[in-house]
Amino acid sequence: MTSSSSNTLSRWSTDDLLCWLLRGMAMIASTIVMLIVTFLIVEALPVLRHVGVLRFFTDPSWHPAEGFYNLTPMLWGTLFAMAGSVLIATPLGILSAVFCQYYAPTRLARPYRRLIELLAGIPSVVYGFWGLVVLVPLIGEIHPPGPSLLAGILVLTIMILPTIALMADASLANVPQQYVRGAAALGLPRWAMIRGVVFPAAKSGLFTGVILETGRAIGETMAILMVCGNVVQTPSNLFDPIRTLTANIALEMAYALGDHRAALFMSGLVLMALIIALTISAEWISRGRIYG
Amino acid sequence: MYRLTQIFPQKALGSFVVFLCASYLGIGGSATAQTSTDQLSGKLVITGASTLAPLISEIGKRFESLHPKVRVDVQTGGSSRGVADARQGLADIGMVSRAMKDEEKDLYAYPVARDGVGIILHKDNPVQALTDDQVVAIYMGKITNWKDVGGNDVPITVVNKAEGRSTLEVFLHYFKLKNTDVKAHVVIGDNEQGVKTVAGNRNAIGYVSIGTAEYDESQGVPIKLLPTGGVAASTETVRNSTFPMSRPLHIVTRTSPVELAKTFIDYAQSRAVHDIIKQQYFVPLVD
Repeated sequence: MTSSSSNTLSRWSTDDLLCWLLRGMAMIASTIVMLIVTFLIVEALPVLRHVGVLRFFTDPSWHPAEGFYNLTPMLWGTLFAMAGSVLIATPLGILSAVFCQYYAPTRLARPYRRLIELLAGIPSVVYGFWGLVVLVPLIGEIHPPGPSLLAGILVLTIMILPTIALMADASLANVPQQYVRGAAALGLPRWAMIRGVVFPAAKSGLFTGVILETGRAIGETMAILMVCGNVVQTPSNLFDPIRTLTANIALEMAYALGDHRAALFMSGLVLMALIIALTISAEWISRGRIYG
Repeated sequence: MYRLTQIFPQKALGSFVVFLCASYLGIGGSATAQTSTDQLSGKLVITGASTLAPLISEIGKRFESLHPKVRVDVQTGGSSRGVADARQGLADIGMVSRAMKDEEKDLYAYPVARDGVGIILHKDNPVQALTDDQVVAIYMGKITNWKDVGGNDVPITVVNKAEGRSTLEVFLHYFKLKNTDVKAHVVIGDNEQGVKTVAGNRNAIGYVSIGTAEYDESQGVPIKLLPTGGVAASTETVRNSTFPMSRPLHIVTRTSPVELAKTFIDYAQSRAVHDIIKQQYFVPLVD
C-alpha cells in the first residue's frame, strides 16, 4: 500500500516535471519567434515612422536612395518563384517516392535514395553557381537576357525536390503493410492501389512535405540572388528578371544605411507576414481533413 | 572555415607568428630597432567602404606585424558608414571610396590609392568603343540593340549594380544618370558577380572595378574593357588620373590624427604598402 502510493506520487511528480519542461521548451520556441518579429518591427520602425506602411505598396519604384520604397514587385517575384517551383517539384518528388517505394527493385531503390539525400545536402550557393554559369547562358540563348524568373524556378525546383521526395518517401514507407497487402489481395492493379489506398493513407506526410518545400522555396536566397537578375519589377513572362524579398535583403544589406537599412528590415517583415499567411492557409486547408 | 577564423582570428595567429619571429631574433642577438624601441600599443577601429576594406585589412596585418602591441579592426559598411562612424567617433579611421564631398570638409582625408570603374563587354562582342552618349542611351533603354552602335543584331543585356554600391555611385556620377532612369536587365552585387555575368552573356554590358576586370582578363576570362571618354581603361591611366571614371580611395579622421592613427596613416600612404595595393588590383598614387 505504502509502496504503491509512493510509486503513484513519484510518477505524478515525474509527469509534472516533464510537463513543465515541455511547457518551458514551448515557451522558449515561441519566445524566439516573438523576439524575431519584435526585432524586425523595432528595426523597421524608423522608416515606418518616416514614410508609413502604405508607401511600401504604392510608391512608383524601389529606389531607397531616392526615397522610393515599393516592395510589391518583389513580393510578386517571391510568390511566382515559389509557386512555380512548388508546382513542378511536388508531382516530381511524389512520383520519385512512388518509384522508389513500389516500382524500383531494391538494388536500384537504395542507391537512388542515397542520391536524393546527397542532392539535399548540396549547399545552395553551389546550385546558384551552376545556374549562373550553365543555366542562365542557356536561357539567354533562347530568350535574352537569361537571368530570369524561369532560371529561378528551375534552380529552386532542383533545390526543393529532395525535400519533398524524401518526405514523400518516408510517409509512403509508413503506410501500414496490411493496407497494401489488403489492396493486393483484392486484385487491385499497382497504380490503382497507390492512388486509391496509399495516397489517402499517406496524405498528412505528403502535405507536410509540401509545406516544408514551400518554406524552403520562400526562404532561399543565395541561389536566387545569382540566377534571377535581381531587377525590381513585376514579371510579365517567364523570361523577365525578378528580385525576391530575400535577395533584396542579401543584395543591399551590406551597404544600406538609415532609412534604406530600415526598409530592408521592412522586406523581412513582409516576408514574415507572407510565411504567416501561408501557415494560416495551410492550417485552414488541412483543418480536420488531413491531420484529423 | 568561417567558424574557425571566428574562433582563431587571423590577427591573433598573425601576432603569434610575429611573436615567434621576434623571440627568435631576440635569441639571435641584437633585436632589431623596430621591436625593441616600439612603444605603440592600442586598438584601431577602421570602418567604411567595402572596396577599401580588404586593402586596409591587409595593410593592417602588416602594420600589426611591425607593431606587435597594436590591433587593427577593419569593418565594412559603405563609404557613408565610414564618414558617419569617423564623425561620431565610433571608428578611429573611416574608409571612403570616392572623392570627398563638400559637406565632408570637416574631416581630415588622406588618399591611399585610386580605383577606376571600367565598362566591360564580352570578348566576342565586335563593338570596340562606345561614346559616353551611347552608354547613357543604352543604360536608359533608348538603345536596346547592338546593331545601333555598330554591333550584331542582338538585344543588349544591361547589367547594373545594386543600390548603395560605390561603383554604382561612381558610374552614375560620371554619366550624370539617376538610378531611377536606368533600365537594367540584371542587377548584381559585387565585382566578381559582374564579371561572371558578362562573361556568361555575349550581349551584356556592365561596369566593374578596373583592377578586377584587368586581372580577370589576364586570367583568360572572356571579357574586355572599353575605353571611356576616349581614354583606354587601364591601371596606368587610372594612376595618372587621365581616366575619367576613376575615384580616389581615402581614409578619413575626425580630428588631426595623433600617435597610433597618425603612424598608421603615414604607413598606409608609404611606398612600403604599394605591393599590397597592387595585389588588391588598385593603383598606387605615385609610381
